[in-house]
Amino acid sequence: MYGVLERLGLRRSKLQLFFGRKKSAKRRLTQQVADLTGAPGVKLTARPEVLLGIAGKDFVILAASKAAMRGPTVLKAEDDKTRQLNKHTLMAFSGESGDTVQFAEYIQANAALYSMRNDTELSPSAVANFVRGELARSLRSRSPYTVNLLLGGIDPVNEKPHLYWVDYLASLAPLPYAAHGYAQYYCLSILDKHHHPDCSFEEGLALLTLCTDELKRRLPIDYKGMLVKVVTKDGVREVPVDNDKVVRSA
Amino acid sequence: MSGYDRALSVFSPDGHVFQVEYAMEAVKRGTCAVGVKGKDIVVLGCEKRSALKLQDTRITPSKIALVDEHACLAFAGLNADARILIDKARLEAQSHRLTVEDPCSIEYITKYIAGVQQRYTQSGGVRPFGISTLVVGFDKNDSIPRLYQTEPSGIYSAWKANAIGRSSKTVREFLERNHQDDMDREQTIQLTIKSLLEVVQTGAKNIEVAIMAPGKTLEMLPDDQIESYVKTIETEKQEEAAKKKTRAGTTTAAILTRPGGGESTD
Repeated sequence: MYGVLERLGLRRSKLQLFFGRKKSAKRRLTQQVADLTGAPGVKLTARPEVLLGIAGKDFVILAASKAAMRGPTVLKAEDDKTRQLNKHTLMAFSGESGDTVQFAEYIQANAALYSMRNDTELSPSAVANFVRGELARSLRSRSPYTVNLLLGGIDPVNEKPHLYWVDYLASLAPLPYAAHGYAQYYCLSILDKHHHPDCSFEEGLALLTLCTDELKRRLPIDYKGMLVKVVTKDGVREVPVDNDKVVRSA
Repeated sequence: MSGYDRALSVFSPDGHVFQVEYAMEAVKRGTCAVGVKGKDIVVLGCEKRSALKLQDTRITPSKIALVDEHACLAFAGLNADARILIDKARLEAQSHRLTVEDPCSIEYITKYIAGVQQRYTQSGGVRPFGISTLVVGFDKNDSIPRLYQTEPSGIYSAWKANAIGRSSKTVREFLERNHQDDMDREQTIQLTIKSLLEVVQTGAKNIEVAIMAPGKTLEMLPDDQIESYVKTIETEKQEEAAKKKTRAGTTTAAILTRPGGGESTD
């Protein structure tokens, strides 16, 4: 990464990044890196955070790594990177710390305000499109939120599960399974092979274990285990998982 | 015309702000709302206007509104004004959560509502809200029931039990006679409905009741339950009347009747 920046003659802006400069400068930097590699969002997706989402027959599992990091330092090992938006919708987020929680709680408050005003709950698809709209608006402002999200929920009307992948460039994709961060590189292939849309909750958890095992095996970062939550028609609950399992490398 | 009731922010020579007093008059003409605190719950009761034959009652808005998960209010006065005020309160409740990560206290949201009402008595180009509200609920991690009242002038006050709207004086006097400090759930609901029946002549189908309990959100009492409460209260009253008759021969009826036939304009 540093080499790329140097070739672009961006060393100065990178230094600025360390010595607190305006946020707009950082955005320019992000965009330039993205232009060069041809993959938008490179800077954000390369964060050492893990977000996984699996939708099954009547549930959506969202899992997020528990480490709160600043640079290479782990500040907290029990971080909750999720917020419940209403009874049947859960959002997991990663990205620039500060931005993430600020944005998630802004969405949370607006979802609550909507249900209070209209005496109904927003459906997961409605929330997802609202989130996308807010991110798109923010992206075109002076200081955009750099937040990647997974949004999982059960439609309270027909009880169908929904999982949405949203990135900080305000792309929105409904998916059967999704990942953000480094998890993408290791887990999407496993999910491609083993996921089927009719899978039961137990199968879903087994699939998640396959993914986390692979992360433990291949990812050279200690992300301090995963916090796993599941959304069903009865609401959101945390699923106890064994994070101390030792996985042998191949 | 004296002229002192034309502009909102002009005093009359004897110190009245007429527009505010007219707003209070609008409250008096609105349907009645009652709030009663029990030992560990707080109950709101409202007089519903009887629906017209072709009206769809399912989607006609209620006079009891949820401000946040833990706070709720009932109003008397102009329905349209209430919608705006409730919307402002809901926005503030959520904004409070967003800024301090805690639900607002009931006193805070009451103070906010009263603050908005006060602002509309002292700004140009506006008129006061023609409503009084009863705000009820529980603070976070707290099991003490709260009941506050706000008025068009921006006054707010705390109560054990109170009534607003049409014939509120009759109901308040009834509450003063019958309220006890540690009523359980049944007694509190019963007192709420009983006090409303003082002024609602058509009985169960024109009453709505909401209950708040600590840690829970609003519970609207189902119609059939209200009806059974009304029935037991009415039989009790009849028994009492019969007892009095046999004892004293001629006494006045135990069921108080509302003086005059006041009309609702809300």
